[in-house]
Amino acid sequence: MSPTATRPPARSTAPSPRLDVRKTYKLYIGGAFPRSESGRSYVVTDTKGRFLANAAQASRKDARDAVSAARAAFPGWSGTTAYNRGQVLYRVAEVMEGRFDQFVAEVSAAEGLTAARARATVAAAIDRWVWYAGWSDKLAQVLGNLNPVAGPYFDISAPEPTGVAAALAPQSSSLLGLVSVVAPIVVSGNTCVVVTSATRPLPAVTLAEALTTSDVPGGVVNVLTGRAAEVAPWLASHRDVNALDLTGAADAEGVAWGDLEAAAADTVKRVLRPAGTGAAVVEPDWTVTPDLRRIRAFLETKTVWHPKGR
Amino acid sequence: MTTLASVGERARDVLGVGRVTNQALTTWLHGLPGVDQVGCEARAAALGTRSIKTTAKAWGIDMAISMIDLTTLEGADTPGRVRSLCAKALVPDPTDPSTPRPAAVCVYGDMVGVAREALSNSGIHVAAVATAFPSGRASMPVKLADTRDAVAAGADEIDMVIDRGAFLAGDYLTVFDEIVAVKEACRRDDGPEAHLKVILETGELVTYDNVRRASYLAMLAGGDFIKTSTGKISPAATLPVALVMLEAVRDWRDQTGVQVGVKPAGGIRSSKDALKHLVTVSEIAGDDWMDPDWFRFGASSLLNDLLLQRQKLRTGAYSGPDYVTID
Amino acid sequence: MPLFEYAPAPESRSVVDIHSSYGLFIGGEFVDSAGDTSFKTISPATEEVLADVAEATVGDVDHAVKAARQAYRGPWGRMSGADRGKYLFRIARILQERAREFAVLETLDNGKPIKESRDVDVPLAAAHFFYHAGWADKLEYAGLVPAGAGLPRPIGVVGQVIPWNFPILMLAWKIAPALACGNTVVLKPAETTPLSALLFAEVCQQADLPPGVVNIVTGAGDTGRALVEHPDVDKIAFTGSTEVGKAIARTIAGTRVRATLELGGKAANIVFDDAPVDQAVEGIVNGIFFNQGHVCCAGSRLLVQESVHDEVIRKLKRRLTTVRVGDPMDKNTDLGAINSAAQLDRIREMSGIAEEEGAERWSPPCELPSRGFWFPPTVFTGVAQTHRIAQEEVFGPVLSVLTFRTPQEAVAKANNTPYGLSAGVWTDKGSRILWMADQLRAGVVWANTFNKFDPTSPFGGYKESGYGREGGRHGLEPYVTLGDVQ
Repeated sequence: MSPTATRPPARSTAPSPRLDVRKTYKLYIGGAFPRSESGRSYVVTDTKGRFLANAAQASRKDARDAVSAARAAFPGWSGTTAYNRGQVLYRVAEVMEGRFDQFVAEVSAAEGLTAARARATVAAAIDRWVWYAGWSDKLAQVLGNLNPVAGPYFDISAPEPTGVAAALAPQSSSLLGLVSVVAPIVVSGNTCVVVTSATRPLPAVTLAEALTTSDVPGGVVNVLTGRAAEVAPWLASHRDVNALDLTGAADAEGVAWGDLEAAAADTVKRVLRPAGTGAAVVEPDWTVTPDLRRIRAFLETKTVWHPKGR
Repeated sequence: MTTLASVGERARDVLGVGRVTNQALTTWLHGLPGVDQVGCEARAAALGTRSIKTTAKAWGIDMAISMIDLTTLEGADTPGRVRSLCAKALVPDPTDPSTPRPAAVCVYGDMVGVAREALSNSGIHVAAVATAFPSGRASMPVKLADTRDAVAAGADEIDMVIDRGAFLAGDYLTVFDEIVAVKEACRRDDGPEAHLKVILETGELVTYDNVRRASYLAMLAGGDFIKTSTGKISPAATLPVALVMLEAVRDWRDQTGVQVGVKPAGGIRSSKDALKHLVTVSEIAGDDWMDPDWFRFGASSLLNDLLLQRQKLRTGAYSGPDYVTID
Repeated sequence: MPLFEYAPAPESRSVVDIHSSYGLFIGGEFVDSAGDTSFKTISPATEEVLADVAEATVGDVDHAVKAARQAYRGPWGRMSGADRGKYLFRIARILQERAREFAVLETLDNGKPIKESRDVDVPLAAAHFFYHAGWADKLEYAGLVPAGAGLPRPIGVVGQVIPWNFPILMLAWKIAPALACGNTVVLKPAETTPLSALLFAEVCQQADLPPGVVNIVTGAGDTGRALVEHPDVDKIAFTGSTEVGKAIARTIAGTRVRATLELGGKAANIVFDDAPVDQAVEGIVNGIFFNQGHVCCAGSRLLVQESVHDEVIRKLKRRLTTVRVGDPMDKNTDLGAINSAAQLDRIREMSGIAEEEGAERWSPPCELPSRGFWFPPTVFTGVAQTHRIAQEEVFGPVLSVLTFRTPQEAVAKANNTPYGLSAGVWTDKGSRILWMADQLRAGVVWANTFNKFDPTSPFGGYKESGYGREGGRHGLEPYVTLGDVQ
């Protein structure tokens, strides 16, 4: 029978399933979603080896562009009030909550979790984000203070964001770990370039979608999917990057975190070393409630003196 | 009419010195009360919350139109372009003959003749920029010749620029002397002198303290108007800057009895912006400045936005770009 | 009338739905009072009756405290800080969503200009809830208890009595920190301004706040007394008159009930000869005429350096001619209605006394509406330190002007009062600002600004202006158990 004949289907035939519109996963730079300038992508599979998507493979030039975007976004993001930053970040949590099921599906596929475990992880990620958002307008009160110097001077020490941070997101925990690395960087006004997990990059792109629909200015967070071994050295040596978070060096193929730290020494970057003892690195347990270490790692302290006199 | 001699005499009187020196000007200007940036901007923002509706809006729109110096200052200006702009000034809205006319057309000095002819005796003034506008970076003889040419061509008003380099380097005397000289060059043997607007280029002065000092310097030197900007750099006119300048002219009149006008220019594109400025004029300087003789808007696209708003008030419907003429 | 006459720009009343009568909000529901008395709340701008409001009896207060205790022993007391924070975030969000409704209601019930309710009161109230939402799960960082002592514990049931000058904002200042720290609340709004608190009860319902966490009991002095004297209230938070504050302090003396008191003031606004004068004039106007002068921290005494007195007064008077007094629902109104007939009587009485004392009185020409409670902005010059108009709180749009010669004299005069809530300093000299701030016996010092509030910034007084702080890290302390001493 010809394909165009219009005989009605037999009653026993089940309706055919709807063909889905598959999502494309690109980089997130300067508030936009470009492909890699290198034109490359790589195959991302679930834990059973089944195809999930072709993710963009970030190049050193993408990293360079991301740093430019992050630097351009820094004055605005750090210059806005802490209240405003807190509002924006809380909004991100609202949008993430709206995408709860989407995140559950992606985390479950990426990490091989049961639906229940994935739901718990996504809930924890959102709650983690809320916890960090609430710090924005409190850091100065907890980490800053007046100094009682021995003289007629008003003397104050206050925390300030260090600038542009490059972060290696955890290789295993594709959302909760990612959030636990990104949120503490930006809550205080820093901007960042994040290199995602190589094998589990997709939730990061969906997070980027949540960021961009939440009034987070373009360039505050930039997401590079791909291989840390390829782009991390360029970020570590980049002279316009102020700080480096090596958390994701754990279990990252081809990454020697000591070499990255050495490259960063050339510009005296602030370096947050990966968890572990000695040369060995592990990915932390992300279910543990954080403390202020990750926020403090990306803060400077400014001390100001002013005489008191008639 | 202030003569050269009387400007000098008043300056010595105000400064309290026998001779106008840079030291005397510095002492005087640096002794003016400072402007707190945060407080100034807060006041401007508060004035911007005034709700101008219905009859007040209609009145404000018409007043704003009548205060416009309709401007074209492009390297690409031609006689045809200038004539077209003058035609727009004469008939802003062909669908509504009740529309007021702008106060003036503002052009480069070499276009004054064209504008003069196009506007003939309509009452719309011809204003010309001069003194190597917009940078002002040329020798005094060149800047004065620029001025004289425009005056000779029939300009009613001259918009000069101050030497910002001299100002920022603390050479107030140079700035003062230049304004005095340009004012002198505005005289005509065969007619009334051209009115002098002094452009401070507040975007380059940056601080409100500098805006206040430059305003006072310009008024001391005999300017008839103080003007915010050339419109060629950003930021141009902002509401806080206009506020500081309106406070300056108000205080100057209290002190000397002389009234000086204010012209914000550049960056005022919407009717909302224009109405905020009128609120500021009303509440800071008062009714004596609520007149095209004492307050102007240097603008080009503002006119059409005011016309769109005017049309909405008339028809009850939001209007669109197809219903106002391009100039 | 200026050339540029602003046409009427009325805000619409239709955005808010005012019921003809209100019950009490206890245990998550609106319930009838056990008693049968109610009172009317009116619009002070027009004297129209807005609603009938129940007058909570001693029994009602007891019912509310029991509901609060039950919630404290139950879900709220067991809840994690993170979850408490989520409820507070919800409340903050709903306040933002219903901002216009709250602003209109506040203006109708209180008499303050709509642009103030809209631009100051309601946004700040939402911001207070946002700020404190973030503290709920971070109390161990607030420096309240020794390291290693674990999480700071809440106190229990808190009784809160708030004034009529900033109804929804004072409610936010009270409820947000209390809930963030894990307490439950019984709050009594002022008798002339109960409506925004009753609308807030709806917000609590929309946020699904567990019943009994917030309870609203309306009433006047008797209801407030019943709440303060209730044996099962662990802590009192009071903002209001110094006289009532002292009565509360007497009531709880000898008990273990804790209290914070935010009372009256007679703040000095000090203007030096090198002040940025136009901004200083603005600061003087803001200091005493913002909110009709119904502000505990109002800059009601202008201390101006004698050398610039005449110029400052001249500029001040000119500035006051552009203050628009009238219908609070008009978006261009700057000065609204006096909150009540009683308050208007007080202001008139004090102004009469000032004239008798020899001060010179001045107001700009104002057309005041015929109905409602109105008082024009008023300036008394030639005031001396010993005048009653320089010592007693008027709580209205009345400024007393005194002079000083040196910074030390300014400090002495500013501090020479039983009050100590706030002070203003206007000068271009940084070191002088900091020296003055050191010397002034006031809980809040504003330099080159005035009447600035932020949820992160602790607010409260010295001396008879009260004790305890609200806002900021310091504002959490009154809401946690500090250890064995208490």
